[in-house]
Amino acid sequence: MKQRLEFTVNGEKVTIFVDAWRTLQEVLRDELKLKGVKSGCNSGFCGSCTVLIDGRAVKSCLVLALQTEGRDILTIEGLSKDGALHPLQQAFIDHFAIQCGYCTAGMLLTAKALVDENHNPTEEQVREGLRGNLCRCTGYKKIVETVLAYSKGKKV
Amino acid sequence: MRPFAYLRPTSVEETCCMLTEHGEGAKLIAGGQSLIPMLKQRIMAPDYIIDLKYVSELDYIVENGEGIRIGALATHRDVETSPLIRKRFPVLMEMERWLAQVQIKNWGTLVGNLAHADPGGDPAPPLIALGAKVKAVSQRGKRVIHLEDFFEDYLTTVLEPDELLVEVQISNPPDSSGAAYRKETIRAGDNPIGAVAAMVRLEEEKVREARIILGGVGPTPIKAEKASKLLSGASLGALPLGEAARAAAEEADPSSDLEGSAEYKKRIVYVLTKEIVSRAVERALAQGGRSR
Repeated sequence: MKQRLEFTVNGEKVTIFVDAWRTLQEVLRDELKLKGVKSGCNSGFCGSCTVLIDGRAVKSCLVLALQTEGRDILTIEGLSKDGALHPLQQAFIDHFAIQCGYCTAGMLLTAKALVDENHNPTEEQVREGLRGNLCRCTGYKKIVETVLAYSKGKKV
Repeated sequence: MRPFAYLRPTSVEETCCMLTEHGEGAKLIAGGQSLIPMLKQRIMAPDYIIDLKYVSELDYIVENGEGIRIGALATHRDVETSPLIRKRFPVLMEMERWLAQVQIKNWGTLVGNLAHADPGGDPAPPLIALGAKVKAVSQRGKRVIHLEDFFEDYLTTVLEPDELLVEVQISNPPDSSGAAYRKETIRAGDNPIGAVAAMVRLEEEKVREARIILGGVGPTPIKAEKASKLLSGASLGALPLGEAARAAAEEADPSSDLEGSAEYKKRIVYVLTKEIVSRAVERALAQGGRSR
């Protein structure tokens, strides 16, 4: 028995019918085909499925889709505007903060929420803020440097 | 997850009505950050999930003359960043800092963590040390329970199937008191290998009252009664820290697992007790020095 879900995804109002036991991650990936929402551990450890709900970073594998009724979801697909990368995305490229890329979508969204809330974080605050996102290439150093450089508005 | 029916009440009254009707077959969800993994593993398979996220009357952190009340929808992040908490109960801010990670804290709730009753939960030890109470409501009425009497066993509380935990209540700390909490983990944000919370109240260069609570080293949070008693009445110049820490380690009841042997966890309790009691005393001294 599917239930109606009406929410906003990347700026667009969406109405779909979903099973009550589907997570937000499953609905975004499988129903809305937003494959930038990665599926890593599927149990809340890795952070690769991170999306923003009403501007706050949340692990979409740990949220029932129906719990987002009326809310505003941002996935990595919604971060660029009219084909132009978000400056934080560009900073990840410029500073070589991407290796295999699997964690990147989650890292970017967690980092965006972090900098939106704290415009000038310290290195410790960046590391603390990103500890819910695992990078199995262990490329943390570049990622932390990138977020710091971006928040200070520096160019490469 | 096994299929279930999803219910979305918008008031406490409606929630209680649903709980009365579905009782044992229903499970409440707020943030669900502990519950959803269990549903995925089919450790739990309820027929009904009742979602509290739209019961907006439970979304609050408020102060009255006597203390602070934290509603069932206040997230860990709300608690961590609340100016009220920072001012009145900095130990809770300190506790939230190392709880899980920001994504979990943005969606998970403090009251939900208590209701879930994982003995590794961070909020319970400092809240018990502070003498917190929780309020449960059902169609039969409401009751206020001392948090130290709330936990019965692993994942088990005194709540009846028709009861909803609506808030935690914390009285303002007495003058010249201080509290501290710390856990030892493998990675930051993990569940504790061992955790210790302490609250001390000083009077004329003596510890008038001490409450030491252990987390993650037994099926429920543990009140280290012997350790607390050893410290009560002791003069600040000759605190029996080592003796109290040894007693606390004795009172811990850990099991060996991947994170450490039972013996190692007891050793962690010993080390943390010394550190945390000292920090609580320092804070009490700093607080007593302020004119109130």
